[in-house]
Amino acid sequence: MPEVTLVEAVNMALAKAMESDDTVMVMGEDVGINGGVFRATDGLLGRFGARRVRDTPLSEALIAGMSIGLAAQGMRPVAEIQFMGFIHPIIDQVVNHASRLRYRTRGRLTCPMVLRCPFGGGIHAPEHHSESTEAMFAHIPGLRVVIPSSPSRAYGLLLAAIADPDPVVFLEPKRIYRAKRELVEDDGKPIPLDCSFVLRRGEDLTLITWGAMVAETIEASEILAADGVTCDVIDVGILNPLGPNAILDSVSKTGRCVIVHEAPLTGGYGGEIAAQLAEHAMMSLLAPVIRVTGFDSVMPLPKLERHYMPTANRIVSAARKTLAYS
Amino acid sequence: MQVLDENGAVVKALPEFAKERTQIIELYRAMVLNRAFDAKAIALQRTGRLGTYASSLGQEAVAVGTAAAMAEDDVLLPSFRGHGSQLWRGVTMVELFQFWGGDERGNDFARPRQDFPVCIPVASHIPHAVGVALAMQMRGERRAAVCIFGDGATSKGDFYEALNIAGVWNLPVVFVINNNQWAISVPRSAQTAAETLAQKAIAAGLPGIQVDGNDVVAMRYSVEQALDRARADGGATLIEALTYRMGDHTTADDASRYRDDADVSHHWKLEPVARLRSYLQQAGLWTREDEESLLKECAKDVESAAQAYLDIPGRSPESIFDHLYYSLPAPLAAQRSAMLAEQIPDA
Ligand SMILES: Cc1ncc(C[n+]2csc(CCOP(=O)(O)OP(=O)(O)O)c2C)c(N)n1
Ligand SMILES: [Mg+2]
Repeated sequence: MPEVTLVEAVNMALAKAMESDDTVMVMGEDVGINGGVFRATDGLLGRFGARRVRDTPLSEALIAGMSIGLAAQGMRPVAEIQFMGFIHPIIDQVVNHASRLRYRTRGRLTCPMVLRCPFGGGIHAPEHHSESTEAMFAHIPGLRVVIPSSPSRAYGLLLAAIADPDPVVFLEPKRIYRAKRELVEDDGKPIPLDCSFVLRRGEDLTLITWGAMVAETIEASEILAADGVTCDVIDVGILNPLGPNAILDSVSKTGRCVIVHEAPLTGGYGGEIAAQLAEHAMMSLLAPVIRVTGFDSVMPLPKLERHYMPTANRIVSAARKTLAYS
Repeated sequence: MQVLDENGAVVKALPEFAKERTQIIELYRAMVLNRAFDAKAIALQRTGRLGTYASSLGQEAVAVGTAAAMAEDDVLLPSFRGHGSQLWRGVTMVELFQFWGGDERGNDFARPRQDFPVCIPVASHIPHAVGVALAMQMRGERRAAVCIFGDGATSKGDFYEALNIAGVWNLPVVFVINNNQWAISVPRSAQTAAETLAQKAIAAGLPGIQVDGNDVVAMRYSVEQALDRARADGGATLIEALTYRMGDHTTADDASRYRDDADVSHHWKLEPVARLRSYLQQAGLWTREDEESLLKECAKDVESAAQAYLDIPGRSPESIFDHLYYSLPAPLAAQRSAMLAEQIPDA
């Protein structure tokens, strides 16, 4: 069983999917000979050839739009958008077409495509390379938004995304692309796209997050554990459609919840989770739900980005605030 | 490119299909039906029985000529003004009325199953066409995609991005610009400083040609040639079909706010249906009785389609959750149940 990083797990899943289904194809900017700017598609050109591994021109809206045409014709395109700052030209294609082709043709034409995109800050990247706009995509009916936060979840969720009969936006937390290695069996097993992942179990508090923030959140839970406070740590993993059961179960038990995300506060996906808790777990809540997020400012350039992104300390102080309610 | 001039006189050798009486009359019939369908759609809209509708009055030759050039297994990606193409391809009038009447089931047409539904966000379907063409090319099929859009669409990035890749990947696709001289109130002259829209192909390394879009013979012939080339690995073509929007932009528009009737009346001398009729009459292929019986037949077909459309039972409200995903995710199932529990009876 290979010990792989998250980005290697993405590569492994792509290769597995291409091996087992010859309608699966990979395309995007620099995904061929260069193997992708993060090497997620490394080696695929050599293994599967230029017919199925395609370097496109620099043309984001086209990459998404062309994927729709391919998918409607029975192909399974897995397209890469190089950075989340450059994903926004495709929103038109995703909102107006990919997510609703099945709906508007009553199932006659479908759109089984995956748009992969590295997202998030903390790697000292240039301007426009560090955004987290997942909430925009989570707002689109007919779409799935999937965010892995470990090598094994990247592998299983990507396989599921590629096999899924509907369009999936697959956001890869690039800050933890190479943070950890994990044993991942290359068995082609997908992880169903309707669950969240309970990473730590505790009694006193629920910490909810996704993507690269899983690292800070677990760190916070360890700091709290030293004080005798135990936490459920939940990685949401699939933002749309959100299966809230694990979250509700946990908060019904702990009565306290902190939601962590890198994206700005206002209109962030944490608000959706907080609203669901208010609606469905009001009677269990012992304290207000608190969000620890990026600020409602522009994602700063590298000099200040560490002040923007939530830290374990910020999560711990929010946790202490909720714990102060009795 | 022109075969029949504005008086219906033959100015260039007739292509083979145009020498066949049945084929040329089929084109004529399709344009007359297209026009009758538009008129009925507007009448239904004016009486509250159809939604906002974009008539193709005056542009029938572009729609019909393009579709007539296609093989059955080619794929059409129309804009919102392509009724004539869709009808030719086998979409029924009932299905079109149903869609424009506000029911997506009209897009689930019985045939042609692989054609795209109309595209409302201008130009955004042009990238789909190159995707369709790429799938065909990758599978080594002798098929092509045909995408129709307006002059207004050629100002958008989607248009340039799609042309660019069609050029560099040599894709089997034909782009047809229905240049009706207007993007709602913005005339062609205010859209671009380019001398022609066809020349926008040059930068993508594609051939771009101008065709008289009111000459259905020239339309069919040009698209046929472009399709032949596309299927023979010869790549894509951009065809600028020059025509004119004789009606309002849609039923929600009032063109008198931005153009004079005088501008329009001149174009009645150029319009495609009268032109082909002149040719047919001059060639001795068409009599007044033929004309009368065709008009009667089209009116009857359109009326019975309209009636069939009006008789379609309504859709259950909770069907807004159908076909959203392959299978309904649990959170949506909850919303569906909530909707069912609170259902308001029809007025
Ligand atoms: C992207 C987009 N912008 C604006 C509109 C509103 N709109 C509908 S049709 C139209 C003009 C389109 O002109 P053209 O492409 O020439 O097509 P035509 O209507 O003349 O057939 C506009 C502005 C739209 N549907 N899509
Ligand atoms: Mg126009």
